[in-house]
Amino acid sequence: MLSLESITKTTQDWLLAKFSPTMALTIECIIVILLCITLFAVLGLVLVLLERKVAARIQIRLGPNRVGPGGIFQTAADTLKLIMKEGLTPDTADKFLFNLAPFVVMMVAMLLLAPIAFAKNFQIWDINIGVLYISSVSSLSVIGILMAGWASNNKYSLLGAMRSGAQIVSYELSAGFAVLTIVVLTGSLQISEIVAAQQNGWWLFKGHIPVVIAFVLYIIAVTAETNRAPFDLAEAESELTAGFHTEYSGMKFALFFLAEYINIFIVCAIGATLFLGGWMPLHIGSWEAFNHIMDYIPSSIWFMGKTFFLIFVIMWFRWTFPRLRVDQLLNLEWKYLLPISLFNLLLVTVIAILGWYF
Amino acid sequence: MFLKDYIVDVYNGVASLLKGMRKTGYYFTHSKEIITEQYPDNRATLKLADRFKGEVVMPHDENNEHTCTGCTACELACPNGTIKIITKFDITPEGKKKKAIDAFIYRLEMCTLCNLCVAACPSDAIIMAPNFEHSVFDRSKLTKILNKPGSKIKEGIE
Repeated sequence: MLSLESITKTTQDWLLAKFSPTMALTIECIIVILLCITLFAVLGLVLVLLERKVAARIQIRLGPNRVGPGGIFQTAADTLKLIMKEGLTPDTADKFLFNLAPFVVMMVAMLLLAPIAFAKNFQIWDINIGVLYISSVSSLSVIGILMAGWASNNKYSLLGAMRSGAQIVSYELSAGFAVLTIVVLTGSLQISEIVAAQQNGWWLFKGHIPVVIAFVLYIIAVTAETNRAPFDLAEAESELTAGFHTEYSGMKFALFFLAEYINIFIVCAIGATLFLGGWMPLHIGSWEAFNHIMDYIPSSIWFMGKTFFLIFVIMWFRWTFPRLRVDQLLNLEWKYLLPISLFNLLLVTVIAILGWYF
Repeated sequence: MFLKDYIVDVYNGVASLLKGMRKTGYYFTHSKEIITEQYPDNRATLKLADRFKGEVVMPHDENNEHTCTGCTACELACPNGTIKIITKFDITPEGKKKKAIDAFIYRLEMCTLCNLCVAACPSDAIIMAPNFEHSVFDRSKLTKILNKPGSKIKEGIE
């Protein structure tokens, strides 16, 4: 059966047979880089179109419907426009940092792609501290945002960047605690082992109410971490024009825009891996026939389906809820999410020790 | 006591957020709710709201009769001089002179569509019509005479 696993295996065997091991590794690296860039480009186009379509349907509009059938080439046309635009650098900006910032944000998004399991045995780097790696690297993106805001030499940019800094540093905590609940239950930081532990059911179902609470907290926290509405204070159009990327134009702006959507994809992929079983098909206890039917659906489709479901939920949030004020934002984190997640972690630890999960 | 308030707070917050999400979720799954009019494509079947105000018109019935008495209430009500009424005197069959309109001049380019003239009219002779494709190549084409040529006032309207 043709699967991503068999394709990678055949490629590797062929490369090892033709070239020396070092050469084979180099070629594999190049292939992976090309695949990553392709994935980024495709994801950017698809997610922006999806967002616009979802937004339109929720606001009882039609959305883009002129470029191509049903408007599917709209984002491609927009990208073409952005490529042709001039990438302006303001006179008084810190030129080096200003031009570096979009690439820092983009690089962080690329690094986060490494430990994600896209399908069965289809993972770039199955590092044994995968979850720790994800949570530490994802906090680097705030540096890119602060860099952009500070180097722009513009009060709106600076305010947006400072807000974003306060926000990401705060919400990192409850996202970390939500991730920790799964680590406590699985007893491993490795992504592949976390997925393997959900062979007989996803953690969302196996872990009772505490895991459901952790899942909700995780979704809220990552919505804030990716700077999306209702937590988009960093770019609050009505107050700060565009926040930290006010001064950016052309392709540099597009990189920020792309990084936002890639980050959404990545946090949703991680959420799907931790709570919804990653590429693991839906298995219910001892229903053999049902489990077999579910196994026929390729694992990559399971993974993408779950990820896109979570992406849809986050988009649903964005087009339903009004934006929070800065003090409300910090109240929500420090007075509600953090105490709840601390208590929840304690509860999950008790459940894990006593073995009360299925 | 504090803990109870806290939990009630969280519960109410989550409940109200879910209520909002249910509404938007309903809109997302029900495409018949979409209100977008794809204007140039659906020009023939375009549906406009009853209250839509596009321009002032004077309705005429099948006998080419209107109900305007030429009282100039609309002209007085108009805040920016859009309407100008020129009156004449008709001779009735009994030999009496009767006031009637000669020309109801309406300048669309000056009109703010405020509806005051329609509200002021005692005999409902003018209404707001839902036409909005007003672009022309010459400004003078926007000055319109609303009463049709040869039209006269309906019987019994004073």
